[in-house]
Amino acid sequence: MAQFVLPKNSRIGKGRHFPAPAGAGKVKTFKVYRWDPETDENPRWDTYDVDVDACGPMVLDVLIHIKSTVDPTLAFRRSCREGVCGSCAMNIGGRNTLACTQGWEEVPGKDCQIGPLPASQVIKDLIPDLTLFYAQYASIKPWLQTETPEPQKEWKQSPEDREKLDGLYECILCACCSTSCPSYWWNQDKYLGPAALLHAYRWIIDSRDEATGDRLDDLEDPFKLYRCHTIMNCAQVCPKGLNPAKAISEVKKMLADRMT
Amino acid sequence: MASYRTPLSRARGLGAAGHGVGTWLGERVGGIALVPLCLWGVFAAMRLAAHDYAYAVQWVAQPVNATLLVLLFAVSFWHMHDGLRVVVEDYIHKTLSKAGLLLLNLFVCGLAGALSILSILKVAFSGGVS
Repeated sequence: MAQFVLPKNSRIGKGRHFPAPAGAGKVKTFKVYRWDPETDENPRWDTYDVDVDACGPMVLDVLIHIKSTVDPTLAFRRSCREGVCGSCAMNIGGRNTLACTQGWEEVPGKDCQIGPLPASQVIKDLIPDLTLFYAQYASIKPWLQTETPEPQKEWKQSPEDREKLDGLYECILCACCSTSCPSYWWNQDKYLGPAALLHAYRWIIDSRDEATGDRLDDLEDPFKLYRCHTIMNCAQVCPKGLNPAKAISEVKKMLADRMT
Repeated sequence: MASYRTPLSRARGLGAAGHGVGTWLGERVGGIALVPLCLWGVFAAMRLAAHDYAYAVQWVAQPVNATLLVLLFAVSFWHMHDGLRVVVEDYIHKTLSKAGLLLLNLFVCGLAGALSILSILKVAFSGGVS
């Protein structure tokens, strides 16, 4: 049965409170999920009253500020700080997004709650284990497959065919979409999830690829592909504005076309 | 127990079943077919409610009405089976419970569908004489 309640050792308790420093300007409260694998303690919500005048406009700026000046034990991933690498994907104000492109002022509500991506094993604090997610990406063979001998210079593609890849190639594999999808929450061991399926479609419609039929064969499965019930959370949360649900429905249409 | 399967092996699982498109199409075709059938069904039920039993029997015995009634019930139970199957597959993960519920779904929908169709045919062919 799908788990609707967190197991006992995953229930989140109340954590520590870090007040704002004396003489702070504008103060905003950030509630951050904390869990340390090296202790036996349950996860907890720590609250930080942050002097937001002292940090930048994005949630990642706040997290870096907390780590640098308040609590160095806070763990999170970050790299490019401009929405290109996908490392800082997390759940902010109940919505999966990138901390580096999400302004803390835009988060609705008085306090700003920050947790790891949902339905993922937590490694520490805001760091989810994305091993299976990356393996699902690898399983769709995200590379050009051809049998024709390689041309001397390059595989040619018309501008029209190249345009078909727009809205697909921009995916940065941040996992915001897959971990916001209820079908993925309940069946991530069998369902490939929106990100992997978007990439599968990206290669299926690539005019240079010669394995289109094999790629469709690999997806024709009640779970790998058809667990997508067009809930659309993926398109709602994608920080790059992509629409994985549309890509998935295109794959479904191609499979139907092939049969009829 | 620790698992030493590689992540790629976990992601690939048992491979693709090689079907699913038929069910997906069936769900949509069933859904589309039910739109006019249900509208007709509601209209028919309202009409029958204003008349007596003898009229209802005579009405069901008319070939067009009997055919549409059979289609309405057949497609409804087929669609219901498909929908409930998705719910079970989504939420039930223990092999035995899942298999049990999938069988129960199939049998209940099959039985209810067969019973309703046979009842309609009986009235249609006998004109209500039991």
